Formats: sequence, C-alpha cells, structure tokens
Amino acid sequence: MSRTLRGKVAVVGVGETDYYKAGQSPDAEFKLTLMAIINACADAGIAPQDIDGFASYSNDRADPSHLAAALGCKELRFASMQWGGGGGGGSGALGNAAAALAAGMAECVVVFRGLAQGQFGRFGQGPRRDVIAGDMAHTVPYGLMSPAQMFAMKVQRFMHDHGVEQPALRSISLASYHHAQQNPRAVMHGRPLDEARYDASRWIVEPFHLYDCCLENDGAAAMVVVAAERAKDFNNAPAFVLSALSGSHYRAGASVHNTPDYATSTFKTLAPHLYAMAKLGPGDVDVLQSYENFTGGVLMSIVEHGFCEPDACNEFFVNERLQAPDGDLPLNTSGGNLAECYMHGLGLNIEAVRQIRGESTNQVSNAEVSMVISGPMVTPVSACIFGSESTL
Amino acid sequence: MSYYLNPGLPQPAATPDGLDAPYWQGLRDEQLLLQRCDACQHWQWGPEWLCHRCHHFELSFEPVSPQGVIYSFERVWHPVHPALREQGAYLVVLVELPQADSVRLVGNLLGDPEQSVSIGAQVEAVFEHHRDVDDPFTLLQWRLGR
Repeated sequence: MSRTLRGKVAVVGVGETDYYKAGQSPDAEFKLTLMAIINACADAGIAPQDIDGFASYSNDRADPSHLAAALGCKELRFASMQWGGGGGGGSGALGNAAAALAAGMAECVVVFRGLAQGQFGRFGQGPRRDVIAGDMAHTVPYGLMSPAQMFAMKVQRFMHDHGVEQPALRSISLASYHHAQQNPRAVMHGRPLDEARYDASRWIVEPFHLYDCCLENDGAAAMVVVAAERAKDFNNAPAFVLSALSGSHYRAGASVHNTPDYATSTFKTLAPHLYAMAKLGPGDVDVLQSYENFTGGVLMSIVEHGFCEPDACNEFFVNERLQAPDGDLPLNTSGGNLAECYMHGLGLNIEAVRQIRGESTNQVSNAEVSMVISGPMVTPVSACIFGSESTL
Repeated sequence: MSYYLNPGLPQPAATPDGLDAPYWQGLRDEQLLLQRCDACQHWQWGPEWLCHRCHHFELSFEPVSPQGVIYSFERVWHPVHPALREQGAYLVVLVELPQADSVRLVGNLLGDPEQSVSIGAQVEAVFEHHRDVDDPFTLLQWRLGR
C-alpha cells in the first residue's frame, strides 16, 4: 500500500495531570489541559513554543488558537477536531495528527483531551429540558437517555445471539481493577475488586453492574507527535504509529437504534483496515488497551478485532488471560477507564506508549506491538497500533 | 390516567422543521405512521429527508400495523433523571417491525418490570395518551401479544 501512515510518525512525549474524581479538580479545565501539554513537552524534551498543531475530539472545549496563544507557540499550522463519537475519537485524533505530519502540514502536533466535569457538568445524566425534539424525542420519554442505557441494548442483543454470560463481562472489569492496584496514579489504586464484590454490586442497567461502567473524572492528557525522521531527537524511545484510523459500518449512524447491524462495537469494517495498514494481525499484538465505556463494548471490540470468535467468549474472557504480567492478552494495563481514570480514553493511548517504552506499572515483557481500541459502540470509532523501532 | 413511567421526563415534540410531525400526530390519532419512499416503496426509520436506498426525496408517512417482535431490551435500575428517582426498575424494549422492512422503535414493555423478557417475543402497541399537559402527546408502548 503506497498510501499509509505506517512508521511515518511517532509519539515522543506523553503528559497527564493528576487524576481526580469528577468535580474534584482544584484547577480549571483549560489549566488542566495546559498542564498536561507542558508535562508532555517536558517528557519529550521539546519547547512548548515549537508545537505547531493541535488535534482533539469529542468537542473538547480548549480551542487550539487559545492554546497556541497561551503557550506562546511560534505559529499554528494545524488545528483539527474529530467529529462525534465521544471517546471513539481518541485514536482518530491521533490519526488526524499523524496524517497532517506525514503530509508535511505541521512539524509537531499535540493530541490532547481535558475534562473538568465539576466546571462543565457530568456525562451520563438525562436531559433536564421540559420538551425534547429530534432523535432523543423517540427515546428519552421512555427512560432511555444515558450512555449506559443506549449501549446496554446492543450488548444484551450480542449476549443473546452468542450465549455470552456475565462472568465474561466481569473478567474485563477485574482486569482493570487488578492493574490499577499497581498504578499509583489510578483513582482506584488501593481499592481492589474481586468476583464476589462485582457479583454483589448493584445493577445500573442490565447487563451492566456498577463495575461494568466507566468512572467519571477530572484531568487532562496529552501526547506529542512528530515525524519519524525526527523521532530520535527526543528523550524517549519513540512509539511509532503503525496504524491509526477511524470509521464505522454501513449506516452506523441510522437514528433511533436503526443501524442494520445493531449488536456491534462498530469495528467490523475498521479492524481489517487497521491491520492492513499496520501489516500485522491480532496474533502480533503484545498488549491491548480497549476503551471501557462499558465492559460489554470491550468484549465486542475484542471479538471484532479478531482475538476471539463471537461464540467463544465464555471460554476466552477469563481473568488469567487478561491480567499482566502472565496473561496471553494483557488488557487495560493502567486500570483504564474503569479504574485508572476516565480521561475520555486518551489515558489508554498514553498507557500503550508506556508499554512500548517499557515504563508501565504493569509492564508486559518485550512489548513491541501495543494496540488501542477507542470508544466502542459509538460512531465513528477509532483504533491505533503503536510499534517499537524493531517493528518498522 | 396512569402512565408506565412517573411524570416529569421531557415530553416529546415534533422537530421545528416538521420532519417527524406526522408521526407524533399519528400517535395522538392511535395510528402508527412511518416513513415510506414514494418511489421504491421501502420503509425507513428514523425519519430522514430522502430515501437512503434510491435517493428519492419524496417520502410519505403511511400506516403500519402496530405490532412487532422484541429485538432487544433492557431493565433499568439506576435513575439518571430526577423524575425517575422513585420509579424503581423499568423495562425498555427495542421492537422490530418485520412488516415494515424491519425498522425498529423504542418503547416500554408494559406489565411487571421484573418479568422475564424474551428476545423474539411478539408484542403489540398501546397508545399511551398524555392529555393532562399543555401540549398533549402520545407515547407508543408495547405489551406482549396474545
């Protein structure tokens, strides 16, 4: 394939703020974002003034022109917002940054996401208007209004079609909590979860228990991305982008739950493109971060990326397989959105980079290929694969 | 008149551009009207400005027999809206209409909220009229078929 991002760019710096429970950040959202960017630049060893592009997703409120002014960037050459899809845009924003760098549109792009839910209101709440029109008028009056409620309907159907049982979902939650116990940055560090506690936890909406649902947090995260030719000029081992794509299947956006292929994480058409660009398959992936809005979405994502047959989920999704250091497919090794922090998934991309560098708190030995699946069940979704220099 | 869900949720209204107005008026008249392409005669839902199959812009709202099968469902326990704080569990169903190119509609399944629900079960529509508000409206609910 002549048109490819494979090996063209690399992440050379990552930065995060402290992570807080929702509404508990002492700092404003824009300040959090600046702090994460400054941290990412320090990690890379690059002057913030040399950033000339910004890419984000999910209607992040930090405007690139404002960021460039606040940071004193010498010039702004690229400003990109990935449409729609909530956390489904995380790896898509990276793909947009990578495309701009590969095409010579910019030299140093920061991918970022900041959230202060105390300042701007929480996700996951129903609308507070008296009257509602449009797509939501066909769901909200029936009490279907939160992300958990939108996605439980898909997961229920998938579990029905393929005989998936609750312990498969539980294994995904336990993997995140297991990894968070080694990660001092994790909001759930020091708060382990076991099978009994999961089973006894209340239902949010069947088939999701409390522990199947992501956290809500305040914080910010950023990654510094440069062209591969420059990647070795910085402080860290580069995490080369082997593939980074977004998309969705036929009429995924059909309104009022009318997408023809309904019980899906939305990755069936994207995954083959992802692997083709990376020139890899699921068997080559050493460690996986898969966005947990809800565990059921992770399960379908892993199936649709070819790690497991849909009818084999009960055998595949077992605790031992998903937990570092010994599992065959270590999953969400920072604690992810369930137990590290819900930074709208960008924390997963940062953890994937850490695995390539050998710096994870749940390090997988010889991690050369590190994959991220962003935001299942929305549209568009996205995914990316990082590789060490040896994979080029 | 008692309703399936406690009062206080946002009430539905037609979009200002009128795209789905015939649907909401149909429910008030106890008719299920959905969009059908004048050219290729296929049904589609939710409402759109053109037919996604043949790209014809002329679409009509036509009556569909108000019955279907449960395509998926969920039992909600955690309230995310103040109006539902005292509600307890409730059932939301996604109903597929094989007689209308398998379009799907969202509603509640009437009856015991803790009943076991079967995907594939036959259901029939119940028009739930809300007439005690300034702008009356009707919700399309479902009960198990006979």
